[in-house]
Amino acid sequence: MIPELGHFALALAVALAFAQGVIGIFAPGLRDPRAMRAAPALAISHLLAIGTCFLCLIWAGIVSDFTVENVANFSSSAVPLLYRITGTWGNHDGSIVLWCFILSACGATVAAFGHNLPSSLRARVLGVLGLVSGGFLLFTLTQSDPLARLWPPPLQGAGVNPILQDPGLAFHPPMLYAGYVGFSVAFAFAIAALIDGKIDAAWGRWVRPWALLSWIFLTGGITLGSWWSYYTLGWGGFWFWDPVENAALLPWLTGTALLHCAIVVEKREALKAWTVLLAIATFSLSLSGTFLVRSGVLNSVHSFAAAPNQGLFLLVLLGLTIGGSLLLFAVRAPVLAATGIFSPLSRESALVLNNIFLCAIASVVFIGTLYPPFVNLLFGIQLSVGAPFFNQTVLPLTSPLIVAMAVGPLLPWKRADLAPALARLWLAAGVALVVFLVTTGERHVVTALGLAGGIWVMLSALIELAERLRLFRVPLGASLARLVTLPRAAIGATLGHLGFGVAVLGIAGMTLATQKVIVMHPGQTTELGGYSWTLDDIHDAPGAGDYSLRVADITLSEDGHKLYTLHPSRRDFSAQDTTTDDAAIKTNGFQDLYAVFSDEPAGGGAELRLNRHPLAPEIWFGGLIMALGGMLSLSDRRLRVGAPARAREREKPVEVVA
Amino acid sequence: MSAMTMSPTRRRLLFGVPLALAVAGGGGFYTILRRMQRNEYDPHALPSPLIGKRPPAFSLPGLNGGPGFSNLDLLAPPKPMLVNWFASWCIPCLQEAQMLDWLAKNGLTIWGINYQDKTAAAEQYLARNGNPYARIATDTSGLTAINWGVYGVPETYFIDKTGIVRWRYAGPLTPDIVNGTLNKLLRRYA
Repeated sequence: MIPELGHFALALAVALAFAQGVIGIFAPGLRDPRAMRAAPALAISHLLAIGTCFLCLIWAGIVSDFTVENVANFSSSAVPLLYRITGTWGNHDGSIVLWCFILSACGATVAAFGHNLPSSLRARVLGVLGLVSGGFLLFTLTQSDPLARLWPPPLQGAGVNPILQDPGLAFHPPMLYAGYVGFSVAFAFAIAALIDGKIDAAWGRWVRPWALLSWIFLTGGITLGSWWSYYTLGWGGFWFWDPVENAALLPWLTGTALLHCAIVVEKREALKAWTVLLAIATFSLSLSGTFLVRSGVLNSVHSFAAAPNQGLFLLVLLGLTIGGSLLLFAVRAPVLAATGIFSPLSRESALVLNNIFLCAIASVVFIGTLYPPFVNLLFGIQLSVGAPFFNQTVLPLTSPLIVAMAVGPLLPWKRADLAPALARLWLAAGVALVVFLVTTGERHVVTALGLAGGIWVMLSALIELAERLRLFRVPLGASLARLVTLPRAAIGATLGHLGFGVAVLGIAGMTLATQKVIVMHPGQTTELGGYSWTLDDIHDAPGAGDYSLRVADITLSEDGHKLYTLHPSRRDFSAQDTTTDDAAIKTNGFQDLYAVFSDEPAGGGAELRLNRHPLAPEIWFGGLIMALGGMLSLSDRRLRVGAPARAREREKPVEVVA
Repeated sequence: MSAMTMSPTRRRLLFGVPLALAVAGGGGFYTILRRMQRNEYDPHALPSPLIGKRPPAFSLPGLNGGPGFSNLDLLAPPKPMLVNWFASWCIPCLQEAQMLDWLAKNGLTIWGINYQDKTAAAEQYLARNGNPYARIATDTSGLTAINWGVYGVPETYFIDKTGIVRWRYAGPLTPDIVNGTLNKLLRRYA
């Protein structure tokens, strides 16, 4: 009964979404205020409908209703409650329901909190969101029904994929999806602006919090995913340049560019068409990333099995959404006139430079990801593009970005002089140079450049903040008073840059990792990274849920002093005939000692992978700091977002007369 | 800004570039999906270094005293044939056992190479699941498998009448693969 209720709610959601789409887009043209007011109401009821469907699916997972095919295939009554719940969106069909749910939640948020938007703009934005949502809900309903029944039901479900039974992964997909889908709002604003043929500072002010919110989620989602793969997959890496990872990185790059150039629209009313294009591109990349990966076109380790028939339906949906919006862009964008003019050396130009580098990196990643299938299509050659390509192309493009991102925030708007900005950065440049010279001697040049770059970005962000606070020029108390009154957006931006610098430092540090794969018997000792690693024992430990556990005890000592014991383990999921390795990681915040118990060879003992990762924790600290900076900035914007809107409404009659 | 000083036509063309790129990309993906549906393209296929070549030199003994074979026996088969790598411990091999049986009964010659297995276990496996193989060689050490570039069992190689490897498939043969790719190969190299 409950699944049928969910099924009905899904069908209702499709109808409501399309109604929202059609009414929202056409009501402003008809100048019908009642129709314009209908759009928000439809958006909220559409959220309620898809929310009901999603809850029904979760309910089926909680009570282990194996008459539902999705639950029978991807869940089991033996797994803990948390994973029975998260398992419902850990598979293809369920994840699209989650995706649609978040999309309609975004629409409902615009509907509920968009009182300060002009009602025609709000109706159009909701209309665009409704159409996109309707398309994907229709896909769910007709092509990948998550609540399809199975008869006769099996006595027990197939279980949750062992790799997915991890708290990190329980929250990684929803966070990533929130990031992907959040950009739909910026996209909808861009489409509404193209239909209107008008973009002004207020538009930039409305779009920016949404872009920022999505960016925070995407940053958090990517960081969490990378951290998860680092500590569970047990291969000691954090980024694989896999198509699915690239699919998340691409919207992050263009979204970061969008975030920066929406500032230019807001402050200077320039770069309008470019900002609109970035908004369209970011959401298009999010869509392609989520769905092309599922069509099976790209060869990826994240296998979401899906039939090519579904792929075709999705491709048509993507074609309508992306092609339609780019067609609208080609026709309407040339009329968007820039009013703000700026000199080649100014904050605006620095932001343009930032955009160029970010988009260049995005293009390279995009080409590298799509190259294999397209080369196969055109020339019939099978090849794979891997980490060496991406490392060699992305690094040279990141270096100028790193240099420029330190200088940019110190430049004033409109017209700037480079000399004063550079004069303030001599300290950062000096320290970075020293770091480079010290490390380049014994290490690889790339590592030294990375370390110096990270230090340079971090220090320049701090110097910029110190400048704003007039630290050391006025008494400390006065500086602190300035800190309190400083706009949170400014501190947020500084934190964002600081976090990026920290992450760069961590990535550079990872290139200094040392590792060893070794078969050891209990009692044996090996040396790695200045530590002695002794295997004390291999033993069984009580498992939980549907797996049993084998644990290796490894004692680490330095100069004969025992430091700590690591307990890497292997989980044996006998029902599914798989094992997963749980890495044991001892971190002091600046270095990880990382041990994986990868196998028990026939000859006895344990096959261990021992790694020392200098600065690895900084990668995720950096991501966290960036996300925190975003949140701080967002908390500022929310307070200020109403003010310009009221001002705009007062202006409105004048506009109508004009 | 340069975009503002541009002539209106050039400006319009410039703004159409993203659309053109998206259309080209969409067309490419459409073609790939169509070819996947027709089983002409598999993005998960692993390239084999043996395609277009003869298998490297090897000579393996048979199973339990039976006749084995060497690369010389594969130089010029009377008609196109399959060489199938299998093992009794391999679960996916079980999945394709029926398919191999059906192929053998329908006149396709299949030679097997038993990979890193125990003789008794392999014989039991063949007794239980049927023996589609005209000849079976045993690669106990796994060295020949390395020379062939075998990724894992089961793995199937299509060898034409001139002894050249034309196709390699890693994983159990499914009805789709047999009806699609294998059928086409058999017609082409008949």
